[in-house]
Amino acid sequence: MATAVTLAHLGSLMRGVRTVDQVGAEERAASLSKRSIKRSSKLWALDLAIRCMDLTTLEGADTPGKVAALCSKAIRPQPGDASIPSVAAVCLYPSLVAEATRHLRGSGVRVASVATAFPSGQSFLDVKVAEARQAVAAGADEVDMVIDRGAFLSGDYQKVYDEIGAVKEACEPAHLKVILETGELGTYDNVRRASILAMAAGADFIKTSTGKVQPAATLPVSLVMMESIRDFHHETGRLVGFKPAGGIRTSKVAIAYLVMLWETLGAEWMTPERFRLGASSLLNDVLMQISKERSGSYQSDDYFTKD
Amino acid sequence: MAERLEVRKTYKLYMGGQFVRSESGRSYAAEGFNVPRASRKDLRDSVRAARAAFPGWSARTAMNRGQILYRIAEMLEGRRAQFLSLLGGGRPAGRQVDAAIATWVWYAGLTDKVAQLAGTVNPVAGPYFNFTIPEPTGVVGMVAPEEPPLLGLVARLAPALCGGNAVVALASEPLPLAALTLAEVLATGDLPPGVVNLLSGRRAELLPWLASHMDVNALDAGACTDPELAAVEEAAAGNLKRVVRQREVQPSPQAVTALMEFKTVWHPIGV
Amino acid sequence: MALAKRPTTDLTTQTPFQYEAAPEAVDHVRIAGSYDLFIGGRFVAPHSRKRFATVNPATEETLAQVAEADEVDVDHAVKAAANAFRSWSRLDPGRRARYIFRLSRLIQERARELAVVETMDGGKPIKESRDVDIPLAAAHFFYYAGWADKLEWAVPNRRLRPLGVAGQVIPWNFPLLMLAWKVAPALATGNTVVLKPAETTPLTAMLFAEICQQAELPPGVVNVVTGAGQTGSMVVGHPEVRKVAFTGSTEVGKLIRRQVAGRGKRLTLELGGKAANIVFEDAPLDQAVEGVVNGIYFNQGHVCCAGSRLLVQESILEPLLQKLKVRLGTLRVGDPLDKNTDVGAINSKQQLEKIEGLVESGIEEGAEVYQPPCELPARGYWFRPTLFTGVAQSHRIAREEIFGPVLSVLSFRTPEEAVEKANNTPYGLSAGVWTDKGSRILWMAERMRAGVVWANTYNRFDPTSPFGGYKESGFGREGGLHGLLPYLDVD
Repeated sequence: MATAVTLAHLGSLMRGVRTVDQVGAEERAASLSKRSIKRSSKLWALDLAIRCMDLTTLEGADTPGKVAALCSKAIRPQPGDASIPSVAAVCLYPSLVAEATRHLRGSGVRVASVATAFPSGQSFLDVKVAEARQAVAAGADEVDMVIDRGAFLSGDYQKVYDEIGAVKEACEPAHLKVILETGELGTYDNVRRASILAMAAGADFIKTSTGKVQPAATLPVSLVMMESIRDFHHETGRLVGFKPAGGIRTSKVAIAYLVMLWETLGAEWMTPERFRLGASSLLNDVLMQISKERSGSYQSDDYFTKD
Repeated sequence: MAERLEVRKTYKLYMGGQFVRSESGRSYAAEGFNVPRASRKDLRDSVRAARAAFPGWSARTAMNRGQILYRIAEMLEGRRAQFLSLLGGGRPAGRQVDAAIATWVWYAGLTDKVAQLAGTVNPVAGPYFNFTIPEPTGVVGMVAPEEPPLLGLVARLAPALCGGNAVVALASEPLPLAALTLAEVLATGDLPPGVVNLLSGRRAELLPWLASHMDVNALDAGACTDPELAAVEEAAAGNLKRVVRQREVQPSPQAVTALMEFKTVWHPIGV
Repeated sequence: MALAKRPTTDLTTQTPFQYEAAPEAVDHVRIAGSYDLFIGGRFVAPHSRKRFATVNPATEETLAQVAEADEVDVDHAVKAAANAFRSWSRLDPGRRARYIFRLSRLIQERARELAVVETMDGGKPIKESRDVDIPLAAAHFFYYAGWADKLEWAVPNRRLRPLGVAGQVIPWNFPLLMLAWKVAPALATGNTVVLKPAETTPLTAMLFAEICQQAELPPGVVNVVTGAGQTGSMVVGHPEVRKVAFTGSTEVGKLIRRQVAGRGKRLTLELGGKAANIVFEDAPLDQAVEGVVNGIYFNQGHVCCAGSRLLVQESILEPLLQKLKVRLGTLRVGDPLDKNTDVGAINSKQQLEKIEGLVESGIEEGAEVYQPPCELPARGYWFRPTLFTGVAQSHRIAREEIFGPVLSVLSFRTPEEAVEKANNTPYGLSAGVWTDKGSRILWMAERMRAGVVWANTYNRFDPTSPFGGYKESGFGREGGLHGLLPYLDVD
């Protein structure tokens, strides 16, 4: 893939990427977040939110036991309620991929592994490539890599581009999500540049954040990334997925992302194949909201499993 | 030895930087001279000249306009004796000429302060930088009062020019010589051609054309009678030209801003 | 990405996201069957004994009967205002300020009710009346309240005097907001008011009259006389009205100019527009598209400063139009009370007919029309968001104010050409400029013959920001320090 596009002047191309007006982008995001999604449309959105969820745990303290519990929750978020679908994937560190693969076999829930010296990306290319390759070998269906923000911010776009290409090659046939870590990019202009760079380098998904840096996913950043995806699709015909991650804890926010997705990218993206919500604590809030919509009563934490 | 035979001057209209007779060939008697009696076509041509001069004049820096207005004061000072005799001499004439010179000097020093006095930065409730600045209205028509013929005109002309407008002015009908002589002062200053156009003639004949002209943006009707004003305001409705009644008082920033528009500009603040 | 053996649900992927109706509750709103005039602090039956219906344009249902003020009623109102002027103009400015602060607070307290009534009476989306009209109206009163006891610092070294009774005639596009733009500065400067709201949207003005009572505003300081153009003309023409402020069409503005010619009344006019929204090739394109959409489809295009002419640099015409058309497809047209509605009802049948006529002319003159597919409700007055391409400067749709959700797209090649086309109109209310280049923004802003220039944004309003036109868009400014001046005699 790295050789598919030879960009001798990647730097000047990147600097020529159309700019984003911060105030305008934030106002548009704010106005979309005011959509009022009620009753049947809310239930529809919450169902989709679950089906698009990458249930995540990325802690140093993660253990096989924790992974087993998470996988169980991923397959059957609401015990005894078959109408609640499984989530799209679980997302964890590479060393736990084998464990998760074992639990999820046959469930349809996929295994996503972060890789490439997550979350900083500050390591050697061969280490990053090897990590991605091993994660896939261990059973990962999807790889969530981070870009080298240091290289990006120093203007070494070629390095970022080449790394993405190399990791993409290494993790075939698994799907590649490229984390831009927008909280470290400083401007929406950079978010747009990084989005286009990642897509050109072969990303199947572009993803906002590792969750380890604040701010993580925000609606305006997501809008800028979705618009980049839209433009990239218009120009190349390729449909690239989008994954906001980090800080998405409530149904209300999850629905706001779906509204933005719907009004920016449209029906082709309203599927787990092209949209994921990366979250560790969102699922129970979604389940509570579904129960509330169905029963008409406000819910208590005690009725939802903590895993 | 025979008495020196005076070389008399033919007074002319001042249009587009040129001294010309009325295209109509008409004149009327005033102050012992035959002065041109401008026609509506002269008025039309004057507006055209003013319109052509406006972009350049309004784009001058305020500092440059101040220099030019000061130059007019210098030229007037140099012709002080001529104006004294033209205005009949004596203390009233002296006071009028001195006040006219002082008016030019005062406004010369105001050009680069108008925006600071009348402009604002507006603290809007949002991430926007927002400011309001005065801008010249455009082509301004004005009627000089019958008296005082020099100061009455200068007190209106100077603030209009101070703000960057181009002017078509009707001189005092019974006492037009001061205005037509002022044209010589303007022509020898650095004022670009067409920025000021001075017409002598019958006010009753010219005023309706000025008031209804679709390319005149504002009209100083301070010297108009009440019935004239009513007619002017009615005719001004055609293109909604601004009708102001400049009061003859001390020079003031308000006299300048009365012939200016306010433009507000918004821009987001972001990275 | 094949997702094998996923547990299936009854929801297939890629079904459109359908937003269920989310109507704003109306049960907290009380609209009376009929409204009297508000004169001298009391609601009084009209001398005319005539009433007219005000209709919800989204349903064509009558909301209330409203009094039609005749000459006698107007005279009573002006007399009440003239009486009140004697004490109001001499009132301690700090007390005057407090009354106006009260009005602001009362509008905030009753914000939801006012928003709902505004939407029902005028057809604008509830999200706009809720997030724009009503908060801005309250902010406007708050801003001018603070001026009331600081006027001597507004124009230093001059003697300032209020003018007397202000006759104010306001339009139907932003009923309460235009009321605030008129009433707040008039009261702050010590004038009293006779207000004539638009005949299709009188209800929030009647609620405001109640608010004046609740604020214990001295009787006669604000009077509201409802009626049609005739009533407005009586207000404007009344000999004791010293100040006339009108917002509306240029056509009516000219009539008023003629009507008051030679009458010694101070006059400000805020009239029509045909603003150019100019997009350069280096613009932040997605935000520009939002700005264009907000510029012309906000409030169904019933906005005097609407960016109704889109001037696009030819090199980006194709991508911009592509984005714009996609965006138009996401506009939600329908029930104004639905919180997700982007484009509401056209204000009246008459206005709808005017829009239809001009759109017809655009088609006849050869411009190419585009409308996104959307279903319109069966009852009520509706018009699809409309976009014309291939428009020439000479087309009527490029010259006349449509006052509806209709955008005319033209192209330009150089900045000079953009300036020339933008200024080539008798109007001069507003302009939009979209470019990433700072020096070009200022270069363009300087050359726009318009009272408001929005650079990289559009249709922003604020009480501190002066608003008003050049040329046939009227004269005088509303908002900001400059908005005080039309209500003061400066000696």
